Amino acid sequence: MAELQQFLHEVWVARWAILQGLGTTIVISGLAIVIGTILGTFVGLVLVYGRLAARFLVRIYVDFVRGTPVFVLVLASFYLLTQVGIQLTAFQAGLIALVVFCSTHVAENLRGALLSLPKGQTEAAKSIGLTFPQIFIYVLAPQALRQALPAWINTAAEMVKASTLLSVIGVLELMLAIKQIIARNFMSPEFYLLAGVIYFAIDYAIERAAKVVEKRVALPS
Amino acid sequence: MAQPVLVIENLHKKFKDIEVLKGVDLVLDTGDVVSIIGSSGSGKTTLLRCVNLLEEFHQGRIMIDGQEVGYDGPQHRRRKESEIARQRAMTGMVFQQFNLFPHMTALRNVTLGLTKVKKLPAVEANAIAEKWLARVGLSDRRDHYPGQLSGGQQQRVAIARAVAMNPKVMLFDEVTSALDPELVNEVLNVIKDLAIEGMTMLLVTHEMKFAFEVSDRVVFMNQGRIEEEGPPEELFRKPKSQRLAEFLKSSKF
Repeated sequence: MAELQQFLHEVWVARWAILQGLGTTIVISGLAIVIGTILGTFVGLVLVYGRLAARFLVRIYVDFVRGTPVFVLVLASFYLLTQVGIQLTAFQAGLIALVVFCSTHVAENLRGALLSLPKGQTEAAKSIGLTFPQIFIYVLAPQALRQALPAWINTAAEMVKASTLLSVIGVLELMLAIKQIIARNFMSPEFYLLAGVIYFAIDYAIERAAKVVEKRVALPS
Repeated sequence: MAQPVLVIENLHKKFKDIEVLKGVDLVLDTGDVVSIIGSSGSGKTTLLRCVNLLEEFHQGRIMIDGQEVGYDGPQHRRRKESEIARQRAMTGMVFQQFNLFPHMTALRNVTLGLTKVKKLPAVEANAIAEKWLARVGLSDRRDHYPGQLSGGQQQRVAIARAVAMNPKVMLFDEVTSALDPELVNEVLNVIKDLAIEGMTMLLVTHEMKFAFEVSDRVVFMNQGRIEEEGPPEELFRKPKSQRLAEFLKSSKF
């Protein structure tokens, strides 16, 4: 009982540090998801509809990034970009790594969803005289997005988890905040557990919200 | 005599090295209902898809309402995509697999082309769509999604979607082949009504009885060519070619 009180006291003392870390985690994951999704959408469209040369380049980008651990992407973004003269804060470098990582996942999801649509959909749309941009906007995209949604939620949850890796380059997000608190009070099991619970809560919230959205856009049958 | 609605001249089509259409000629006047029969692989579906420009072809030409579609002139230069899209709307296509848009209600399926291709205001498009949904007997299903409709109902919506665009020619590609037997007639009856009203139609079908009843002419295709063509009574009762006689014997009639 006394230990619990002690722990709660320590949490109270560190509350601003924890909240600030949580804020940074949410902001950087959120930004990475939004920017990564926009970039990934373009990459995915090139993968499906691009000319051969563009498709080839983008394919290399996607395969290279997906074949690299996020941890390595984070380190590369922080150390290598400085080497070539691009001065970035830890936050910016971390964000770039996450955006790049996110974009390749979004691109692959979108590609898979678009290619899984039956050919008959495009043909039927063509046969009533729609042009390709119209076919994409009114017929293909609405179906592909519905299909890509579950995988996209997964990616979003994945981004929150991946953001913990930014602690190694000194981005003061939740993980690093917790580590700093532990360095002060040596209560590592308790505070790592707390970190685990907070991350779980974030991802659980994302998943619940996603279920609601999925239900809302589901096609009646 | 007015000019024919559809003229197909010396149509050749290759898939890689295999020639699937080896010079097809066919003319449809206004109000003509022509059924194409033949075994699978004879090129009948490909012919239909060429008319709708869903397939490219390598030689010959197709004229709809006096206009050469898909290609331009003796050099056989392919037209711009926007031009081809516009010409596709001159024909209405109904597919074997219905191909309704699953994320749109029955009504929206029909109005999409009217609002986006014909650029009609929503009120007008809705009125046309409702008229056609009523004609195929589905007024009470206007707000249903394809997933909530039976196969026969979906196919009738698909017919409404195509015919609402007011095409010069309607193309039907084995439209009852994917249906349960008890649903075939509701679709065939809709097509029959259209025929009676004078819609020009080209049908690929395995329903011999239906082809016999509805067609002005029947075309028998074999190995990429039209082997025999004529009124249904002659073609079905007194086939001239050996192959047609065999085909008719092997198909239920």
